[in-house]
Amino acid sequence: MQTKEASGTRPDPADTMSAGSDSETKPEKKTRTPEQVRRRGTARKWGEISLFTGPALLVFLIFVVLPVGLAAYYSFYNWNGIEDLDNFIGLDNYRRAFGDSAFVHALRNNLFVIVMSLLVQLPVALAVALVLNRKFRGRSFMRMVIFAPYILSEVITAVLWLLILQPHGPLDAWMENLGLGGLRELWLADLNLVMWTVFFVVSWKYIGLAIILFLAGLSGVPKDLQEAAAIDGASWWQIQRRINIPLIAPTIRVWMFLSIIGSIQLFDMVWVLTRGGPAGASNTIATYMFQYGFMRSQYGYGSAVAVILFFLSLIAALLYMVFVLRRDNIDEGKRR
Amino acid sequence: MMANITRVVAGVALASSVLALSACSDSTETNPSASDAPVTLTWWHNGNNDPLLTFWADVAEEFEAANPHVTIEIEAIQNEDLQRTRIPVALQSGDAPDLFQQWGGGELAQQVDAGHLMDLTDVLADDIDRLGGAVAPWSYQDKVYGLPYTFGVEGIWYRPSLFEAAGIDSEPATMDELVDAVEALKAAGITPIAVGAFDNWPAAHWWYNFALRQCSKDVLQASGISLDFSDPCFVEAGQQLEDFLAVDPFNEGFLATSAQQGATSSAGQLATGNAAMELMGHWNVFVLRGILADEGIDVDALNADLGWFPMPATTGGKGDPTAALGGGDGFSCYVDAPAECAELLAYISSDDVQRRFAEVVGGLPVAPNAASSVTDANLVELAEVAGNAGYVQLWLDTTYGNNIGTAMNAAIVEIFAGIGTAQDVVDDMTEAAANQ
Repeated sequence: MQTKEASGTRPDPADTMSAGSDSETKPEKKTRTPEQVRRRGTARKWGEISLFTGPALLVFLIFVVLPVGLAAYYSFYNWNGIEDLDNFIGLDNYRRAFGDSAFVHALRNNLFVIVMSLLVQLPVALAVALVLNRKFRGRSFMRMVIFAPYILSEVITAVLWLLILQPHGPLDAWMENLGLGGLRELWLADLNLVMWTVFFVVSWKYIGLAIILFLAGLSGVPKDLQEAAAIDGASWWQIQRRINIPLIAPTIRVWMFLSIIGSIQLFDMVWVLTRGGPAGASNTIATYMFQYGFMRSQYGYGSAVAVILFFLSLIAALLYMVFVLRRDNIDEGKRR
Repeated sequence: MMANITRVVAGVALASSVLALSACSDSTETNPSASDAPVTLTWWHNGNNDPLLTFWADVAEEFEAANPHVTIEIEAIQNEDLQRTRIPVALQSGDAPDLFQQWGGGELAQQVDAGHLMDLTDVLADDIDRLGGAVAPWSYQDKVYGLPYTFGVEGIWYRPSLFEAAGIDSEPATMDELVDAVEALKAAGITPIAVGAFDNWPAAHWWYNFALRQCSKDVLQASGISLDFSDPCFVEAGQQLEDFLAVDPFNEGFLATSAQQGATSSAGQLATGNAAMELMGHWNVFVLRGILADEGIDVDALNADLGWFPMPATTGGKGDPTAALGGGDGFSCYVDAPAECAELLAYISSDDVQRRFAEVVGGLPVAPNAASSVTDANLVELAEVAGNAGYVQLWLDTTYGNNIGTAMNAAIVEIFAGIGTAQDVVDDMTEAAANQ
């Protein structure tokens, strides 16, 4: 990171393309300056770095790092948010969380959304993207329609579906008209069904993003590869399997990463649709945290859950970076 | 140590504000110039819809006109946001509004313990006397920390026309009669009772009523302080709820039904005649009318076809059969608020404003002198039941405070969902009390 930024400050744009190790020595060779000038250059470099990154860093520290630190601090207390912060209980809040079946259930629900997203959204989005990548009349319109749900905010999406899914609501009426009245279910009131309903609505909203990302990836696949394969007699399906999909693998991996992190943090949609209910059946870690932190005024315990959520996201992100995304980064380095 | 210091500081602040108050209240009558320094009062209330929104704005203007040095800044905030987020955060930050919504009970006690509320016992002694027993939920350890402007008991709101259609000729007075009515309504193809279990508390109120009848007054009132729920009556209340649920009296999909939002909510189902009954507090008549107004449906049909009866009697309980569950809304002053805050509160609860609250807003006032201004037949009946009640128990979730109250409500909904037992409710409440 640092070397990239540092090299970016130098005037010669060609230099920015060069790899890290010799970028430090290059300016010396070019200008043959004495030690002071080099030092002045370094000072200038750091001046620029702090000028450009300083404000953002400050905002980041105040609004991200500090609250995370404070939440960690509160999590060691039994605190109702109103009285003084004086009841230190060590790790009890963490023990309580992992001993609470409702918390474990919420954790499982997050896992459910992660796994189902990868198992269901990925193949569907990929298939749609491959189809939409072909030229046909109304392609832009189709792309727009598919992306439209993503533009809606989560809350609006949830309210929309909340209305549709009411008992005797539009969905039920529509099913009756199709003669499917027998399949009518209590979509949001059935304990065993509610997570599937939530997952459906989440997918409805977010699959557009996956498709657009994959389409962007596909547009970057060189045409000559596809043409060469076609000339060699490869079928459409073979071209997708051997060329297009392998070449957009980095895009797919980035989407998977976004999907996993988004699933861990799932809140708005669930809160509006079900408020984690009925009877906690659709709680995610985030709605569970809100219930305890705010509804029950257990700010200390809620903070502990927030810290757990933070570490889960962090660990997921780091593991993914190290084991999955790293390959893409190395590849890029080699290509250059 | 920290706690002690803050308490002392708060105590000093409290004492000085009380001194300042008594100084002013002596002087305002004769020499207004003594307190003429400009004062700005912030006021947070939950009346974010008309008619209450306009009414409070009018009341604030009147107070400003009578006290030219006072400026009132109102912020109207949705009830749950106000109660669960805005007020706790504002109190914690030390930058709290001067006058703010207060629901009383355990929540008020927590705020008093943390030194956030102004003691009004002496400053507003006359007003407290005038309002009478309704002030009790806004008191803690024999001191008054807020004044209510509305208070009422709950009961079952129903549509007489649907009762008639099902051949029910009288309001159920016992649980057996209620079960009979439920069966009759179901036989006639009518949803008997709507309940908004999505919001948890409307479902929990059924359990509260069973507990009210099952537990003796002493046990119930002591539980609010000791937070001890070991008396078997609490488990028995849950068992009675289980028995009642076995009759399947509630609307389809009640677990995902909200209480007050739109035509598909429990109130909406009652208002549109899609359900025959709903157990709800005194405010329900406005909720019902509001939903119809939002849907563009004429309210005359509802007004001509709405009845109310108290929660039917259960058998075998130790509780006072005339006791009722109730609750209300009031306001508290922040401990550092200017002396004018208490004056504004006194004005809000004055007989004149209370009368207009009944006449203009259609609310159920607290002041006995304003009782005659209530004209709605159901509210008149409701006020009579409240007046004749052996005692009125504050909503149990408010009594026990946020933490236990929310845990209790969630556990009761698990009985509704068929995944919890009567014993689980008591266990969850006990566990929440232990983590308090």
